[in-house]
Amino acid sequence: MATEPVLIGRPTDAELSDQLLSTAWRPWRKLGKIGFLVAILGTLSLFAGITLTVMYGIGMWGNNIPVGWGFGIINFVWWVGIGHAGTFISAVLLLFEQKWRTSINRFAEAMTLFAVLQAALFPVLHLGRPWLAYWIFPYPSTMDVWPQFKSALPWDAAAISTYFTVSLVFWYTGLIPDLAAMRDRAPTRAKRMIYGIFALGFTGASSSYRHYRVVYGLLAGLSTPLVLSVHSIVSSDFAITLVPGWHSTIFPPFFVAGAIFSGFAMVLTLVIPVRSLFRLENVITKRHLDNLAKMVLVTSWVVTYSYILEFFMAWYSGDEYEIYQFFEARPFGPWAWIFWTMMICNSVIPQVFWSSKARSSLAVLWFVSLLVNVGMWAERFVIIVMGLQRDYLPSAWDVFVPSPVDWAIFLGTMGFFLLLFLLFLRFVPFIPLAEVKELKHELSHEEGH
Amino acid sequence: MRRTLQGGIVGAFDTPEEVIRAAHELRKAGYRRLEGYTPYPLLELERAIGQGRSRIAFVVFPFAIAGAAAAYLVQWWTNAVDYPLNSGGRPAHAAPAFVPATFEMAVLLSALSACVILAVWSGLPALWQPIFEVHGFERASIDKFFLAISDLDPAFDREATARKLTELGASHVDAFGARPATEAEMYGREHRMEGEEP
Repeated sequence: MATEPVLIGRPTDAELSDQLLSTAWRPWRKLGKIGFLVAILGTLSLFAGITLTVMYGIGMWGNNIPVGWGFGIINFVWWVGIGHAGTFISAVLLLFEQKWRTSINRFAEAMTLFAVLQAALFPVLHLGRPWLAYWIFPYPSTMDVWPQFKSALPWDAAAISTYFTVSLVFWYTGLIPDLAAMRDRAPTRAKRMIYGIFALGFTGASSSYRHYRVVYGLLAGLSTPLVLSVHSIVSSDFAITLVPGWHSTIFPPFFVAGAIFSGFAMVLTLVIPVRSLFRLENVITKRHLDNLAKMVLVTSWVVTYSYILEFFMAWYSGDEYEIYQFFEARPFGPWAWIFWTMMICNSVIPQVFWSSKARSSLAVLWFVSLLVNVGMWAERFVIIVMGLQRDYLPSAWDVFVPSPVDWAIFLGTMGFFLLLFLLFLRFVPFIPLAEVKELKHELSHEEGH
Repeated sequence: MRRTLQGGIVGAFDTPEEVIRAAHELRKAGYRRLEGYTPYPLLELERAIGQGRSRIAFVVFPFAIAGAAAAYLVQWWTNAVDYPLNSGGRPAHAAPAFVPATFEMAVLLSALSACVILAVWSGLPALWQPIFEVHGFERASIDKFFLAISDLDPAFDREATARKLTELGASHVDAFGARPATEAEMYGREHRMEGEEP
């Protein structure tokens, strides 16, 4: 099969600049305005949920004893996972010199940043007294106590704050040449000044680029182990406990695979509408979508393999609580339908991507990616809730039921995510212009020789 | 040394190949203080103007080590020395439990130091620079390739350099920046005022 190109046509640099920068000053069509409205409504619901939680406490959530961890941690793990594909695309594929990453990397990085922001809300709110969140950091307090570093929570704090900061500087470093281009092409004086300030006075001098290139590679190299470490640490929150179904040694790689799986699905979910709305078919080609779909298929198999291994280990351990957890509580207990949703969405449906026809159909790609996101959320639910609600002692069993505040916050984060994302699309060149030009330069070299 | 070019002559080129060839020719003609301005990184141009591989990684490395060391020391001192707490019989100094935060701090410090050093070494932030006065320079970030020669260059000569750039195919040549007086000239001027020979 002939591979599709990563860049269609050979537009001149000026044409490319006009096409890719104009997204920030062309007036938006009706669809964009509707998107903003939905996003703002979602954000309002998020803030309403947060206000209620802060005013009346965690009792507003569906958490109970024994299910002390409910939506808060499910959503936290889900959102962090979604972020990972962004770093994967920009860092890992950069290190492997994959040319097809170029048009979608900034997009994916922005997705990472905004997803991690949503994720970070949940553990803080779950504290019950979020204004004391800074206690997790080792600051010299007058109380003479220090955080307990043998617990997973300070690990989480270190991992998430580092992940967010490094993603932010990686994203911003990549943006600087394009912000300079925005400054030089901006239609009004006000825009010129704003983009000029953010571009820091970057001139594109070779002596700057000399360091720039190395720093960009360095940040990619640093982000790569970060992707693996962050979700491994998140999975350790579970793996260091004794709840049936949680203390499994496969958790770190399993969680990382699931994270990249859901992240790639989210990139597809976002990139397909944006590509059509902004008519970017020449820079985000079918080849990109095809490769993303293949990554979804690969990670789907890693996740499926992990499921099989979890069941095998439960049976092989001979531990009756583990066996009960995997062979009765999950497939037939309360919320069993979520378990089956997870299986179908994560292991069965992505198999359509074996067919190249499915990989080239926008509608199929979009629906499958949406279902994968649902499936991955279901997986977090299954892991967290099912272990807790069917613990060792039957007299302590209970069922988790999410409350309206849970739903308001969960759906609200989606609105807030969408809001940040739309603002990003509105004001920032979301296709890395300098990198696309560089790619074009390399491609024309290859053709010439 | 100043990180950004304060004055000199700049020529605009239409293609990366032209600017790279011009840089090679100028180096051969004895020019040493060249600077390219391009819309995207051009490795060949960096080599042509005589700049080697960036050493930034060597500066970042000590920061990574410092981050890791500081994180480990803080964890060890707080949990094993100042406030030891028996949680589930784990030892007070639990090295495996200290690994995650140590690693994260090493990464955090190296990433932040890399960006700060990048800014400092590139002379940023500097919202205005003399080169921005050059006519048409706003296209350096879009589709034009500029090659500048500093007026501090030993081979610099206003007319001859400008002619050379035109010969090499520059579509437009411009001078920029007020020529700053070198220290030797300042010294000479003071002495001249006192009536001495320069």
